[in-house]
Amino acid sequence: MAVALAFADPVRDAQAAFRAVMNAMARPGSVQPVAGLTGAPAPLSPTAAAIAVALADYETPLWLDPALAAAPDVGAWLTFHTGARIVAEPARAAFALVAEPAALPDFATFAQGTDVYPDRSTTLILQVASLTGGPVLRLSGPGISGHAHLAATSLPADITAHLAANHALFPRGVDLVLAGPEGVAALPRTTRVTEEA
Amino acid sequence: MTSHPTASGYNFAYLDEQTKRMIRRAILKAIAIPGYQVPFASREMPMPYGWGTGGVQVTAAILGPDDRLKVIDQGADDTTNAVSIRKFFEKTAGVATTTHTAEATVIQTRHRIPEKTLGPDQVLVYQVPIPEPLRFLEPRETETRVMHALEDYGLMHVKLYEDIARHGHIATTYAYPVKVEDRYVMDPSPTPKFDNPKMNDCAALQLFGAGREKRIYALPPHTKVVSLDFEDHPFEPTKFDHACGLCGATHTYLDEVITDDAGGRMFVCSDTDHCEERRAEGHRGDLLGEAPAEIAGAAE
Repeated sequence: MAVALAFADPVRDAQAAFRAVMNAMARPGSVQPVAGLTGAPAPLSPTAAAIAVALADYETPLWLDPALAAAPDVGAWLTFHTGARIVAEPARAAFALVAEPAALPDFATFAQGTDVYPDRSTTLILQVASLTGGPVLRLSGPGISGHAHLAATSLPADITAHLAANHALFPRGVDLVLAGPEGVAALPRTTRVTEEA
Repeated sequence: MTSHPTASGYNFAYLDEQTKRMIRRAILKAIAIPGYQVPFASREMPMPYGWGTGGVQVTAAILGPDDRLKVIDQGADDTTNAVSIRKFFEKTAGVATTTHTAEATVIQTRHRIPEKTLGPDQVLVYQVPIPEPLRFLEPRETETRVMHALEDYGLMHVKLYEDIARHGHIATTYAYPVKVEDRYVMDPSPTPKFDNPKMNDCAALQLFGAGREKRIYALPPHTKVVSLDFEDHPFEPTKFDHACGLCGATHTYLDEVITDDAGGRMFVCSDTDHCEERRAEGHRGDLLGEAPAEIAGAAE
């Protein structure tokens, strides 16, 4: 089996992808452009693939949602390019890659961190069809002056309830990274999310 | 693969890629939990601890070829620490550098926040010696971790209260503790308390790196940062009775410079770039008058 290539320039491309995620995390709701890895095996999206290759390595177990786990090429490609182990238990994962966010398992199945080490939680990388055009979410919290909006598609209908429960756990909780064709946006655990009236 | 204009034998920005990924992951967690100290596997750097190894590692992890880097040490671009770190990144990353605050995309700082208001496209990287604000009150890391987890900050208030009991006011003038988003008490690094108000609702991302202590923490833009105080002893930034001797500024942080052995002294802006800009705009301080002929090199 041939394995498709990842970053053409691993140093520069990984830095650019990381910086986009960093800026997205620092400014929740903002959409930061990412050069996707078009060679990534379906159903892994080019943007999610770039983020995974930029951030994952042998120190970060990965969990794949059923849609990604069903495609053997995805696991093989990620393992080859990152050296990360694929784990079956979401609670053991540093990053969870989710191709079908609408079928997202409960956040509680992922690592939440502890009160003493809240950083030991899973970061969820959700593939969305678009970061615009979906139901409008109203965001506030650190990184946001006043409030911001995010209108990503593909999210579960009850996402605001999940995010509110996640926010209430602070400083524990998971952080969401949304990967769409336009780039990346993030919803860290600090962000308060409501549906726009 | 493209090559970068760097010193041969080193990866871009010195650190290997696995180290950068590890630091980058810590930075993302730090941003997601403002004020919380994320442990990271700090590396040995080609400079001693205490020379900004934490800040250097954070800068190396975020820096890209299109960045423009400024490095300041106590506000100055031209002191040893600032010059050597700037040259380090010129050599290992080939990035553009500047001394002008407004032109920089990444500013690494030792113990000052620039006077010029930072913008949304800038990242401020602090060099931090002791990241734990409770360390001198409780030496055990296991205990301070639990105190942060339980939001048990009574000891810090006792310390500030003892200041008042002893001195009549809160005598802490630098590394003045702050509370972030009503949750974590954080050490702003040994910046003068004069700079504390600039951390609140800052448009730039602020990252803190402590190399020896192996901690990274962060303040996302527009984060609420409040200096700890009491209702009857509210926080007050340092005020100066003098104006800058060179540019005449009355709103900046001033350094006292001893000028002779007979008690002579002058006060000048600690932020050299800001002071130079003001002088270029035509501002004049008391001591920027005409220098004696023998110094100015006037004709005999």
